[in-house]
Amino acid sequence: MRKLPERTEFEMFGYLACFATVDELLDEIRRARANGFEEMEAYTPLPVHEVSEALGHKNKRLPLLVLIGGIVGACVGFGLQYWTSTIDYPLNIGGRPFNSWPSFIVVTFETTILFAAVTAVLGMFALNGLPQPYHPVFHVPAFQLASRNRFFLLLLSRDPRFVPEEAEAHLSAGPALSVHEVPR
Amino acid sequence: MTDSTPTAPTGSGRPPVIEPGHSLSSVTDKISSIVLTRRTSLAWFVGLGFSLALASVLLLSIVVLVLKGTGIWGLNNPVAWGFAIINFVWWIGIGHAGTLISAILLLLKQEWRTSINRFAEAMTLFAVSCAGLYPLLHVGRPWLAYWLLPYPNTMGMWPQFRSPLIWDVFAVSTYATVSLLFWYVGLIPDLATLRDRSQNKIGRVVYGAAAMGWRGAARHWTRYETAYLLLAGLATPLVVSVHTVVSFDFAVSVIPGWHATIFPPYFVAGAIFSGFAMVMTLAIPLRSVFGLEGFITDRHLSNMAKVMLATGLIVVYGYAMEIFTAWYSGAPAEQYMVANRFFGPYAPQFWALLFCNGVVPQLMWFQKVRRKVWLLFLISIVINVGMWLERFIIVVTSLHRDYLPSSWGMYSPTFWDWAMYIGSIGLFFTLLLLFIRFLPMISIFEMRTLLPGAQGSSHDEGDEH
Repeated sequence: MRKLPERTEFEMFGYLACFATVDELLDEIRRARANGFEEMEAYTPLPVHEVSEALGHKNKRLPLLVLIGGIVGACVGFGLQYWTSTIDYPLNIGGRPFNSWPSFIVVTFETTILFAAVTAVLGMFALNGLPQPYHPVFHVPAFQLASRNRFFLLLLSRDPRFVPEEAEAHLSAGPALSVHEVPR
Repeated sequence: MTDSTPTAPTGSGRPPVIEPGHSLSSVTDKISSIVLTRRTSLAWFVGLGFSLALASVLLLSIVVLVLKGTGIWGLNNPVAWGFAIINFVWWIGIGHAGTLISAILLLLKQEWRTSINRFAEAMTLFAVSCAGLYPLLHVGRPWLAYWLLPYPNTMGMWPQFRSPLIWDVFAVSTYATVSLLFWYVGLIPDLATLRDRSQNKIGRVVYGAAAMGWRGAARHWTRYETAYLLLAGLATPLVVSVHTVVSFDFAVSVIPGWHATIFPPYFVAGAIFSGFAMVMTLAIPLRSVFGLEGFITDRHLSNMAKVMLATGLIVVYGYAMEIFTAWYSGAPAEQYMVANRFFGPYAPQFWALLFCNGVVPQLMWFQKVRRKVWLLFLISIVINVGMWLERFIIVVTSLHRDYLPSSWGMYSPTFWDWAMYIGSIGLFFTLLLLFIRFLPMISIFEMRTLLPGAQGSSHDEGDEH
């Protein structure tokens, strides 16, 4: 787990602000940035590229993982066929060479796709830290709307800039519909 | 609750992919309410009861098959591939539309795909499940079907990797796995919506567990979208490969009418053709029963009709090329195969196939026809029948009279052949009805992205896509 300040000091996870539109969320991200907040996360009911950009999220590891998964799949698929057909149990089928690689392309292709696809899904889960049944934001009843029609911004208490009163005052002064304390 | 989020425009122009007037909340509520309603319609129970009854016919025929063996089917020598392979190819072909709509149309940025991709993917999974049954049962001793897989065993043997049949094992199992992953990944944000909107504890726990704690964090969305796009990119060559490999089962042999290089593209086009036909057969009743005309609009049906028209023409080109190749090759067996199809004992089925796949789809050239929903429904059913006949003709007419007249024979299906076929349709509809009751049949979060302004005002200023 991440390093946290003394537990007694912050029983709070952060402050969560609710917005009606993406534009207001983006405004608030810029305001919070300008005010010195750095540790924040946005929650949206649909993927919005601008929010990820505004938060500075980059994602380069997953495509690399998938590429590696695909290469491993190709090697496993071809290796399996090569080893079984030429080393472990060579069989003469219609006079073809033991390593009749053109016949092995189909299975190699399928294992490449299979390994890459499984890596894409498991990699996405692993990097996102899912499954994660418990998360502090679920304490806020209004957060249910994050999967319907509301946009949320969370200022995290682990931010060195975070002072509870100031964070709440900052969010309340912005375009937020409501501001909620998120207990840990 | 008042809603200040953006709504779909009411302006004119191209027919919309989503009915004007919808907002983030109305899209969410409309689709999730189908699942979360307390009352289940009587029609659903009747449908499920009927499907379950048919599915139990499948169960019964499997029991009889296991007890008595494949002798209960109409198989013989020379026609050793009967209904099992016909139905396998038919189902797996139907299973192509889901991934095509989800992956290829996603990469092509065809945003109209969004309202039909979810249940098309589900349809793919269920069709592939039905398809997978047949080769497993056709091996004769289904409890030993795992012998198809490469695993270290006491016999010291391995599968024969130079055989298209083992390629098929890998292609179909990979396709089933990747389709399942694609479908599940697409469901996760919607499962979170159901978790949050569910009124009872069981719903919250079950949907919550399936949603894996998804909360729509921006960081998660970024990786999610990357993963989804990568899966689409991987599924695209995969979906083309599956029916290609199925066609290899035929094309790699030396049987007249099978040994043709046209088979892979012609099979893939036929798969898309039949898959879209099945999507339409399902979409038209579903949208009227659940009042989803605002999401699955007439434009969707019209676009699907165009895809069917195009792929249907490719299929007809395949038929024409088979005839041309027989004539041009000068091979007597090939020429006899063509003559036998036109005028032999299975000529009625062949002419019916030409009518269903060659003539009837041409109606869809006309915009008037593409706008008549009931007519499209009828056409889609005719195409489903036609594509089944196509597989019947391919399997049976080639096998029953090949090179040696002394080994010619006839094939006719038995009661158990039909029971298993009709039973698999029951299984398909059982799974489909359970799906539409318990999971959102339209992707909620992707429908949200279609709403103008939902992704920010600056997003809409440019020409979208």
